[in-house]
Amino acid sequence: MKKDTTSKGLFSFAKDALLWNLSGSVGYQIYLCILVCLMLIGVYGYFLQFKLGLSATNMSNIVSWGFYISNFTFLVGVAAAAVMLILPSYVFNDKDLHKVVIIGEVVAVGALVMCMSFVFVDLGRPMQAWHLIPGIGQLNFPSSLLAWDILVLNGYLALNALIPAYIVYCHYKGKEPVGKYYKPFVFLSIGWAVAIHMVTAFLYQGLPARPFWNNPLMGPRFLASAFAAGPAIISLVLHIVNSTTDYKIENKIFNKLRIIIVSAAIINLLMLFSEIFKEFYFPTHHSQSAMYLFFGLDGHNSLVPWIWTAISINLIGTLILAFNPFKERQIFLLPALILLIVGIWIEKGIGLIVPGLVPSPMGEIVSYSPSSVELFITVGIVGLGMFVITMLLKPALIIEKNYEDAYSEHR
Amino acid sequence: MDSDKKKKIDRRTFLKGAASAAIVGGTAVTVGCEGKGLLGSSEAFAMEFTEYFKKHYRLMTQAERDQTVSRLEKLAKLKQNITVNIDTTQPAENVLYGYAFNVTRCEGYMECVQACVKENNIDRKSNTQYIRIFEMEHGQMSPDQGEGKYFHMVPKEGHFYMGVQCFQCENPPCVKACPTKATWKEPDGIVVVDYDWCIGCRYCMAACPYWGRRFNWNQPQIPKDEITKEQHYLGNRSRVRGMMEKCTFCIQRSRKGKVTACVEACPTGARVFGNLLDPDSEIRFVLENKKVYRLKEDLGTDPKFWYFID
Repeated sequence: MKKDTTSKGLFSFAKDALLWNLSGSVGYQIYLCILVCLMLIGVYGYFLQFKLGLSATNMSNIVSWGFYISNFTFLVGVAAAAVMLILPSYVFNDKDLHKVVIIGEVVAVGALVMCMSFVFVDLGRPMQAWHLIPGIGQLNFPSSLLAWDILVLNGYLALNALIPAYIVYCHYKGKEPVGKYYKPFVFLSIGWAVAIHMVTAFLYQGLPARPFWNNPLMGPRFLASAFAAGPAIISLVLHIVNSTTDYKIENKIFNKLRIIIVSAAIINLLMLFSEIFKEFYFPTHHSQSAMYLFFGLDGHNSLVPWIWTAISINLIGTLILAFNPFKERQIFLLPALILLIVGIWIEKGIGLIVPGLVPSPMGEIVSYSPSSVELFITVGIVGLGMFVITMLLKPALIIEKNYEDAYSEHR
Repeated sequence: MDSDKKKKIDRRTFLKGAASAAIVGGTAVTVGCEGKGLLGSSEAFAMEFTEYFKKHYRLMTQAERDQTVSRLEKLAKLKQNITVNIDTTQPAENVLYGYAFNVTRCEGYMECVQACVKENNIDRKSNTQYIRIFEMEHGQMSPDQGEGKYFHMVPKEGHFYMGVQCFQCENPPCVKACPTKATWKEPDGIVVVDYDWCIGCRYCMAACPYWGRRFNWNQPQIPKDEITKEQHYLGNRSRVRGMMEKCTFCIQRSRKGKVTACVEACPTGARVFGNLLDPDSEIRFVLENKKVYRLKEDLGTDPKFWYFID
């Protein structure tokens, strides 16, 4: 594949990518079929929701944002976390992380696709979404934080899709990518990654109506939890790549990621403790939401088991990763990574969104758990995200491997 | 919200794509309506198609507003066989509406709630209401401590009642939040929604500290003979699912010099509505001669809704 470099154009690039994606072992084909099934479940769910309106969900005038926006919030963090690979590999020239930075970027693209899908399915009138497009619609910029969020998420998606696409395409043609063409965008994307998560935090933080969210720690805590959960997910993907492809990941890369995850997770837990202290040392009227989350109010305690599970597995995951009892056998850390991811997903998803809305400004307390339609659509979007990641990662890794082999032969 | 993808497509292609999407959607809507066939409603379909592409209300010229209003009136006739009259009366000069609520007088009969639901064509299926009445014990002062779901003979001994609705803030957080500018404050102080421009993201709902906004989770259902036919474009005209709505101080009435439906219905005279800029108005008398207070002053939203005690 590395011989006739001159005849390779965009067309053959796309064709090869498609062929590589469709070919593979029986296991891979089954995996693709499962992803397609997940997406079909999502399509069915959205069909129901489109027919019935958002009344197909369990959201209400009190819990007006639910499972979709919870997942959106968590996934913005996953997307932002790619910066934890980009920063060391491009700015500090870390050779090891440079090898996996593309995987981080692809995970970011997948996470962003899921984010936008979650926001889209949450719209009451998706057909009118064009009202947001400047020119034919009206975007309330810079006043509305949601307008900011739309801009930064789309910008970040473009950066994270185009930079690796350029590099991989150059490698496909057997050329070295030209630094001045993409390096400026790499630096831009580093700042941008922080921006997407700060803006998403500001979306909630900027609402004095919701004391649980109106908290200056929200932005920094979002970043800390993102830099723990995101690299943990990237680690998982690396383990999968390591065991299913011939693109081998060295142990020291896992170790570096582990250190990033542990540092961020500890900062996240510190900030969580700081928030809990503020809410419960001298509980005020504004601590009602935290009461509802941690202990339940008026018999409405559907979130209580979730948040305590989240905090426990967060702690356990962080401790295992910090003390690393399995030394060089990174594969044994997988359960700890999963614990940490699930813990942060609960705490930052449904454990953040729902208590912000309950009690309502008029003091009403209700319970919320997602409806089956919400679960179907969520399953579908997760399938879509995994599909996007797979479709981008498989050809990219084949090209990178070929390029690496050719490069080492050359030397 | 994949606006980035769409941005790259030029306007013509986009409109084409959107048009075919609208055909699919529009067909679904028209076919679903009272079993009318496609042929019989082709006129309605054409009008709905035009409606889909119409501009934001604030960007329309008066001629365009008249066109959309006549379209909507014809659609009501075709689809539901009712004659409605939708107006687009502009705010008058030197008018700023304000509202006062007499906590001493209200006895919790909820006549106002019923009148409001009927006047504003609010969905009956989900039992949506713009006005909430809270039963309070003495010593309480904020409705979030009160009981909003009481169901017994009123007035109850040792209790008083507080009504809550959209407070039409001078500094409305909902307007700031809306990503499409679908909600704004009119010059006469009323915070309105361009229903057709709303995309249903519900960010305004999260931003409102007074729980003043309501969302159409399902397709609104109103018995045909109970529909209020005198309507305003920004007020009580028919809505569909997925739209945000709210109290508009009965814009269809107030802009014609009438009082709101809740004021008219109140049997105890606890509700006062009027022009804050008119020194002879009743609302000005209340503000100047009674001890008044507002909810959540600390948020700086500057509501135009005061409570007072006789």
